[in-house]
Amino acid sequence: MAAHLKKRVYEEFSKVVQIPHEEAPAKKLRLSKPSKSAALHIDLCKATNSTDALQYLLQFARKPVEAESVEGVIRILLEHYYKENDNSVRLKIASLLGLLSKTRGFSPDCIFDDAINTLSNENSHQVLAQLLDTLLVIGTQLPESPAVRLRLTEVAYKHLSDTHFGVRNKCLQLLGGLGVVDAPLGKDSEGPSSSSAGAVREVQTIISDYFSDQDPRVRTAALKAMLQLHERGMKIHQIIYEQACRLLSDDYEQVRSAAVQMVWVLSQLYPESIVPIPSSNEEIRLVDDAFGKISHMVSDGSWMVRVQAAKTLGSMLQVSPHFLEQTLDKKLMSDLRRKRTAHERAKELFASGEFSSGRKWADDAPKEKLDTNTVSLIASGACGAFVHGLEDEMFEVRIAAVEALCQLARSSPSFAEKCLDFLVDMFNDEIEEVRLQSIHVLREISTHITLREDQLDTVLAVLEDSSRDIREALHELLCYTNVSTKECIQLALLELLKNLNKYPTDRNSVWKCLKFLGSRHPTLVLPLVPELLSTHPYFDTPEPDMDDPAYIAVLVLVFNAAKSCPTMPALFSDHTFRHYAYLRDSLSHLVPPLRLPGRKQVYSLDSVDSGAGSGSVESAQVFLQQSLHRVSTIQNLETPGAQDLLDFTIRDLQRLGELQTELAGAADFCATFLRCQLLLMKALQDKLWNTAVPLCLKQNVTATAAAQQIVEETYKLEFLYSGLESRQVATIHHVRLQAKALQLILTARTRQGVDPLVSSEKFLQEVESFQRQFLSELPHLQDSFVEKLLELMPRLSSCKPVELVKILQATLRQSGLPQLRLPERVHRATATILEPTGESDNPLRFTTGLVLALDIDATLEHVQNPQNTVKVQVLYPDGQSHVIHPKPADFRKPGPDRHRLITQVYLSHSAWTEPSQIEVRLLLAYSSASSSLPSRTKLGWSDSFDGLPPPEPAVEGTIPFSKPVKVYIMPKPARR
Amino acid sequence: MPEIKVTPLGAGQDVGRSCILVSIGGKNIMLDCGMHMGYNDDRRFPDFSYVTQNGRLTDFLDCVIISHFHLDHCGALPYMSEMVGYDGPIYMTHPTKAICPILLEDFRKITVDKKGETNFFTSQMIKDCMKKVVPLNLHQTVQVDDELEIKAYYAGHVLGAAMVHIKVGSESVVYTGDYNMTPDRHLGAAWIDKCRPDILISESTYATTIRDSKRCRERDFLKKVHESIERGGKVLIPVFALGRAQELCILLETFWERMNLKAPIYFSTGLTEKANHYYKLFITWTNQKIRKTFVQRNMFEFKHIKAFDRSYADNPGPMVVFATPGMLHAGQSLQIFKKWAGNEKNMVIMPGYCVQGTIGHKILNGQRKLEMEGRATLDVKLQVEYMSFSAHADAKGIMQLIRMAEPRNMLLVHGEAAKMEFLKGKIEQEFSIDCYMPANGETVAVKTNPSVPVDMSVNLLKREMALGGPLPDPKRPRSMHGTLIMKESSLKLVSSEQALKELALNEHQLRFTCRVALQDPHSDSETLHRIYTHLKSLLKGYTIQHLPDGTVMVESIVIKVSSSAEDANAKILLLSWSYQDEDLGSFLSSVLKK
Repeated sequence: MAAHLKKRVYEEFSKVVQIPHEEAPAKKLRLSKPSKSAALHIDLCKATNSTDALQYLLQFARKPVEAESVEGVIRILLEHYYKENDNSVRLKIASLLGLLSKTRGFSPDCIFDDAINTLSNENSHQVLAQLLDTLLVIGTQLPESPAVRLRLTEVAYKHLSDTHFGVRNKCLQLLGGLGVVDAPLGKDSEGPSSSSAGAVREVQTIISDYFSDQDPRVRTAALKAMLQLHERGMKIHQIIYEQACRLLSDDYEQVRSAAVQMVWVLSQLYPESIVPIPSSNEEIRLVDDAFGKISHMVSDGSWMVRVQAAKTLGSMLQVSPHFLEQTLDKKLMSDLRRKRTAHERAKELFASGEFSSGRKWADDAPKEKLDTNTVSLIASGACGAFVHGLEDEMFEVRIAAVEALCQLARSSPSFAEKCLDFLVDMFNDEIEEVRLQSIHVLREISTHITLREDQLDTVLAVLEDSSRDIREALHELLCYTNVSTKECIQLALLELLKNLNKYPTDRNSVWKCLKFLGSRHPTLVLPLVPELLSTHPYFDTPEPDMDDPAYIAVLVLVFNAAKSCPTMPALFSDHTFRHYAYLRDSLSHLVPPLRLPGRKQVYSLDSVDSGAGSGSVESAQVFLQQSLHRVSTIQNLETPGAQDLLDFTIRDLQRLGELQTELAGAADFCATFLRCQLLLMKALQDKLWNTAVPLCLKQNVTATAAAQQIVEETYKLEFLYSGLESRQVATIHHVRLQAKALQLILTARTRQGVDPLVSSEKFLQEVESFQRQFLSELPHLQDSFVEKLLELMPRLSSCKPVELVKILQATLRQSGLPQLRLPERVHRATATILEPTGESDNPLRFTTGLVLALDIDATLEHVQNPQNTVKVQVLYPDGQSHVIHPKPADFRKPGPDRHRLITQVYLSHSAWTEPSQIEVRLLLAYSSASSSLPSRTKLGWSDSFDGLPPPEPAVEGTIPFSKPVKVYIMPKPARR
Repeated sequence: MPEIKVTPLGAGQDVGRSCILVSIGGKNIMLDCGMHMGYNDDRRFPDFSYVTQNGRLTDFLDCVIISHFHLDHCGALPYMSEMVGYDGPIYMTHPTKAICPILLEDFRKITVDKKGETNFFTSQMIKDCMKKVVPLNLHQTVQVDDELEIKAYYAGHVLGAAMVHIKVGSESVVYTGDYNMTPDRHLGAAWIDKCRPDILISESTYATTIRDSKRCRERDFLKKVHESIERGGKVLIPVFALGRAQELCILLETFWERMNLKAPIYFSTGLTEKANHYYKLFITWTNQKIRKTFVQRNMFEFKHIKAFDRSYADNPGPMVVFATPGMLHAGQSLQIFKKWAGNEKNMVIMPGYCVQGTIGHKILNGQRKLEMEGRATLDVKLQVEYMSFSAHADAKGIMQLIRMAEPRNMLLVHGEAAKMEFLKGKIEQEFSIDCYMPANGETVAVKTNPSVPVDMSVNLLKREMALGGPLPDPKRPRSMHGTLIMKESSLKLVSSEQALKELALNEHQLRFTCRVALQDPHSDSETLHRIYTHLKSLLKGYTIQHLPDGTVMVESIVIKVSSSAEDANAKILLLSWSYQDEDLGSFLSSVLKK
């Protein structure tokens, strides 16, 4: 029987392999190797004119060729190549050669010489270019062979002087891709040939000769080849720098673009070399010179070049600070320096100097004569590069400039200080993307800067923006900002309250922002406290409304400041203390524990963290480990008290998870795992095993339910938690296997008549796949169910299902608890639906048959790849449910491990007589295939997937992972 | 030497009535034909009598090109074409062609109907004039006639503004009109390719200004408006109907949208609606943002901006009003100003230039008491702000354009002389090219060095290619032998053999001979041998033969020795070479003379 089983299993596998042969679309593919090439040969011979031949070749190119037959095919092709007179056919053959030599498993060295020979008597330039391209492919396929490379470079040198640009292009590509990196090697191997020795020495010189080619495409190719050499590890000579700089003023944009890259590469290679400034006898560092030149390109005529230049600037971190600062000014540095000290505000820089700024009326009225020699309009160097970049017409350039500013500012605090004004200006850009980007950038560099009042003012003005993303980004920014005066705090608070008033949905974000603002600037908040809490030395003021979000906002600010400012609580009035107690409980994540005078603090488990935050986490960790250890002592499931112990541990762990947010994931994970064990234990303990079948039907129901639940829980364990190692996954799978075994036994028992052959087969398959998958983990699963099962495997596979069930039953009851070892960091995926809030009593009305768009706003934490996994489920009162896939663009990523889903779901239903509630929740979709199967490797050069064995049947399902939110809706009947 | 002559009839060291005559390669072109805002007499229009005293202009001009629709660039067009007389083509871009007649009609109405002038062009004349217009597309090369071609580039500034590249043969001129190198809320930046014209004629309104970032300006503007609105004040923005007005509208509209503001914005009606219509139509001429988003929503379909009615000015509560004209000298803007001037909560923002004598100019200079007609005085309590939103290139922008186009000469117009002087110095110093700034009526002549294209026979070309390396080096001139045949107006370069054949001439040989006397005691043959060995050592790489008949051949040069009868020592060397070997021959003779 088992042998039969096994055979069937194998049959299935081998069948899979055969499929491509049966399903291959064309007859020719079934023919064996020689006949295949023969078919091509016949086809080509049949072709009377070039169009036909071309057609045959095109058809041929659509089908894949096996590695074994490639060589034969190539020979045939080459034969025809020599016979063919028509250029286009030869061109196609040449391109096919390249394509074929890319076939996996085929080593093109056997056709290498032939390919080179074809070059010698070819006179069409296009074909020549294509052949060189083929050679490039062959060359890259054979990276190990220096002789091949040398031959190819020689070929390239020979054809470099061709009159057709395409040929020169390809030659340069060849040189770039294959030019010898380590010169000595080439010399040894090919000593006698003087040309090659010379060639090896001077690949760079030869390529650089083509920097001044007459064709811009060749110039570009030369630059690209040089860049490729650099990427392959060759050290580019510094002489190239001058040539590359000359190409920066080329007439063609692609040349300029490549030249920008080249200059950048050289500036990274030789940052400290000294280069002379033409037309004066000064000298500067090369990186500074390059920086100046690239800055110049920011005002280039072509926007592609501008983007390139702006991006490149960001990565030139070695540039000297005074050069860097020039990029923010339109005028010369010498002038700038002298004037700057005189002015308090960097802003006024622009109003100073010789030119009218256009901001004040008639400030360009003639004044005293200036020494015009000192003012240079196109300053040599970096002047105003960023000013231009940020004002550019194309938003791509602006974004690139903002990003570059960010990179440079991160490495230079003084520069960060200076670019502040410009970034703040970008908050006003016409394209939201740019605004958002600049806010993010400001956040990133905010550690370096302290905002002045006027700057803060402009920053805060954006709080009224109607775009939610912008506002939230700004809140995030304010969390990290340092401000200088108490007026700033007041201003910020005022604006935030205004924002809260205008957009009540921003509540959480505003509170959070104020929390950080308070804890960052306790001393600045202190003098404001009486005013903020509107206390008065003599009079009692009315107690503010506790539910007012604005008042809560103020309190959040004050309490967070009070945390590190012990004198502050003295200023609180009575009701403030009461409100503190209330908020501490209701909004514990926003309000820190305070030591309040005259009040005894209630030390609960969580209040430890007021003392030493890290210590408490450690102690919790210890507690977690201890509980696990305690559980692991349970050897036998039937030990009295074992169940109780599990019960208590589960309870403890759940509470721990609530208290210690950092360990919530791990604690939850353990608790769920233990619950599975408990369920399993209970199911096994039931008396049903001993009673006769007809009697136990009833208990059977509970046991079946338990088994089902365990399977579900294991899926949750596997997919809801991130940070699991393969060992944990193995343990989870193990539990699932146990549950499946239980299910098998139960079905076997209840349905006596039915042959449980199919299900037992399936189970055995699962055991095998488990073994395959977790081979490396098996040693850790000693003395477990699976181990025993595997020991018995030969017997199992040969015995009858009834026997199998018996064996399973015995092993299941004997096996002990598997040990759960906790991974480093486990996080539970969670989702919170922020909107709709579910509090509204007003039903959303819409006409039946039409749709209602419901805005959904949710935060997701620790969800990997939410674009594919997170779905929205809508449950109607009649039991109908819809699952909606949000668009990938609806997910934003505000922070690590955090996602934000802002989307709209469309609802529709037939008419209702009165409003009713629907439920909206988020689901996490999983598929067992996604985690267990390694990613497929791509096959061959054709993209057909026919040959693949079908993946193992994947279990797909969804886990609800957010609290459902109720929405009141009312579809009205349509009026006719 | 051919010359390009440029004569500004207007806008030479001046702003207003732009009109520049260019003669290039025998063609005469008029660039722009504008009027001057400051004058009401004959000086208003360019002096066309410079071109011809009496009679029509058609015979003297090959074409007229209008850069954009501002009246100081097109205001005199109907006068010139209909009253002075011109029937040739007038080129302008599509938006300019659409908007220009509206402005001309408006201008005519004000002068004729309001001021009661006679002898002015009529509506019919405007129509007739517009019939002569040939529309241009961007980057489209238009052949005016066989030799003259023009091409338009985007110039920013206002909708439809263009720079023109005028080319005759290999001589070319670029005229920028007015342009803007920094993009704004509704238009992009000017752009030109590296066309290397002989002369670049550029405006220089802001020759001495480097404006700071436009974002600062915008932010200040928005902040001021916003603050004023929040205080409950009213904001008056006097503008001209077209151009900046649209930019500011978009700026405020998007700001209102972003900030969710509710206060009304009004725009005084009239021209604007018609003009806005054209702005909606010519989306391709606007900037990236508007072009990209117009499918969802055309930015010029304002949501928050409504038409203004006279009665709204007395409404309570905050509001923003755009009113014409821009210098507060008359009309609606002045009326509203009078109403609102008394309240310090209100504000007036002047977004552009104000001519001396206007109320705008007075209040900007800080005058707080204004005398109105009828001895009444007006206390100005409201806040006065100035904010330059002029869309002209600043000094930096002009330099940037020069760098883009790489002209050989520079010519500045449309600016004040003193400021031009400064910029001229800068340009000459920075680019080391000549820069001119002619006054009105003054002619600048620039010598050009046009290349003359010649057809070359393929045979000759191939032969030359075979001689000198595989690739011609474009950077280096090369000399070659050939015969230039000029037949009628075509030039042809062929090899001399072919030329002889074509012209049925016999070839004549031209040989130079020269005698060199020297003293040498040896016999003739020995002398010859010595010369032979000497030359052999001297001229490596040449074929030198010692022929048995007593001659030495250096390539094709024959050297013979004969001794004179009297003195056996005095030898005479005979050299003979054909004129093709002139170089080598003269070299040899000089060698042998030593």
